[in-house]
Amino acid sequence: MSATQSLKGRKVVLHDMCLRDGMHAKREQIGVEQMVKVACALDDAGIPYIQVTHGAGLGGNSLQHGFALASNEEYIAAVASRMKQAKVSVLLIPGLGTMKELQAAFDAGARSVHVATHCTEADTSPQHIAFARKLGMDTTGFLMMAHLNDPAGIAEQGKLMESYGAHTVYVTDSAGYMLPEDVRARVVALREALDPATAIGFHGHHNLGMGIANSIAAIEAGATRIDGSVAGLGAGAGNTPLEVFAAVCERMGMDTGVDLFKLMDVAEDIIVPMMDHLVRVDRESLTLGFAGVYSTFLLHARRAAERTGVSARDILVELGRKKMIGGQEDMIMDTAMTMAKARGLAGAA
Amino acid sequence: MKKIRCALIGSGNIGTDLIYKIKRSPVLEPVWMVGIDPASEGLARAREMGLKTTAEGVDGLLPHVLEDGIQIAFDATSAYVHAENSRKLNELGVMMIDLTPAAIGPLCVPPVNLREHADRVEMNVNMISCAGQATIPIVNAVSRVQGVGYAEIVASLSSKSVGPGTRANLDEFTYTTSSAIERVGGARKGKALAIINPAEPPLIMRNTIYCLTDEAPDEARITDSILRMIGEVQQYVPGYKLVNGPIYDGNKVSVFMEVAGLGDYLPRYAGNLDIMTAAATRTAEMFAEEILAGKIKLKATEVA
Repeated sequence: MSATQSLKGRKVVLHDMCLRDGMHAKREQIGVEQMVKVACALDDAGIPYIQVTHGAGLGGNSLQHGFALASNEEYIAAVASRMKQAKVSVLLIPGLGTMKELQAAFDAGARSVHVATHCTEADTSPQHIAFARKLGMDTTGFLMMAHLNDPAGIAEQGKLMESYGAHTVYVTDSAGYMLPEDVRARVVALREALDPATAIGFHGHHNLGMGIANSIAAIEAGATRIDGSVAGLGAGAGNTPLEVFAAVCERMGMDTGVDLFKLMDVAEDIIVPMMDHLVRVDRESLTLGFAGVYSTFLLHARRAAERTGVSARDILVELGRKKMIGGQEDMIMDTAMTMAKARGLAGAA
Repeated sequence: MKKIRCALIGSGNIGTDLIYKIKRSPVLEPVWMVGIDPASEGLARAREMGLKTTAEGVDGLLPHVLEDGIQIAFDATSAYVHAENSRKLNELGVMMIDLTPAAIGPLCVPPVNLREHADRVEMNVNMISCAGQATIPIVNAVSRVQGVGYAEIVASLSSKSVGPGTRANLDEFTYTTSSAIERVGGARKGKALAIINPAEPPLIMRNTIYCLTDEAPDEARITDSILRMIGEVQQYVPGYKLVNGPIYDGNKVSVFMEVAGLGDYLPRYAGNLDIMTAAATRTAEMFAEEILAGKIKLKATEVA
């Protein structure tokens, strides 16, 4: 039996990221009204979960990650009050976001949360996962930069998150580095380790153009929840483009419950005109995927390149070599300045 | 020369590293180490290094405080037991240096406010957090030149240097450090971010400090103030180093630091742990110098 046939009838839960991961690509400059417009269109297209926060999630408003046009609570409240069927979700990275902020997001209407840690540091999330469960939220443990831990390690970390109370554990390809076999191996390992009642999800980035293929590989291996963003609006070369993924699912006979043509219209008529730059695989976003670097580093590296005269690609490769991870955006300017000094460039100071 | 006799509470990494630092001090002498597990490696090591030990917690130490002349204690246990430890020792006239997040006493960053605490003969001072010790001097170096409306710090710690207590209570770390950026750093609003990086070989602790000044920054004076402050911290943490900056972008001042430890008991990359033990030792030394010079006298707190 071919893989295509075996997936027939499988249910897949889609989670849109363009109002959270997409904030990175928009330098956090999506207004409340625009968010509401996008979210309403996604809701109408039948997307069941819509993530709405600053790109770095709760607590994200900062000099390190940029300041959005409104607070997370303002965005969440404005969107949540308008949803007919979709649930609003948030991102929470311990060390940046706190339980106080999760409570505030819940009060504003958020009902689902990705509690995210680096793929080896799940034990920084017990408080937050337990608190999300106490609030009654749909709770995901989100293992970022998953290419930096092997399948057995991912299974162990996922098991920890499950023990704290996560309903779902995600393999998160933050660098858009993984190939289908990498995704499959990690999802299989999780599926073997976790309780059958615990769901598995996959969050891809399209830096090597593998977003769709990786998501399909994840489903074949047992994942049931897939993150993507309409028109791919997300960090780096964007997330798995959700309308494309939905079309592929439909061709393969999977059940996403979304209205494909409406989703295509959201992508074309609303999201693409919003883009400051065309979110696509280009020289720098390809470098992210090739070198295994956190996708959010893209625009920061371009800014550091402007200031120091070191090329963004060289900066990104060096960050990959130095094993910098999500959250270390300060190390981009620092690394660029150190490289500029070594090269005798004026931008070193 | 006479030395002030000290007790160390908590026989983990921090307590063990403290033995090395206190032994080197011209004014401090480590006498007791207190643990709760008779089989602990830390207690065995302390005995090898000539300390008296008890595995019965602070209660095991209390009967010996007066006969052994203990005047300063370091608490490297947890926020949950610190208050009780402190109360019991304060009643015997022992001054307490708190390395837990309990923060029942005033917050102490040596080059910023240690002198004030010594002058007031505080019986309990709190060392905030590793990120606080590494970044607040810089925030203060800016805010003493001109008003800082907002300061934000980003601490990158190697995974191996972050213990289970901190991991399970990251929010506490965030709240404590953010608040200290305001209260000791002098920023009107503070925010702290922590990142734990598992890279091998482990990365040296890095800290980035951002300050937003109210008026356009006086670059020359701020740079000078920061460099002087770094010099002061280097007196007790030689591996406290400016990597890049300060850079100025509008009203934003950015400073990129690294902290390498001395490599006493903890490895050099764990500058985050080293700066805590070094700052705590420096704090004890200041009190000890004043006591030895007859300028201050520790008083037992009244039994309630």
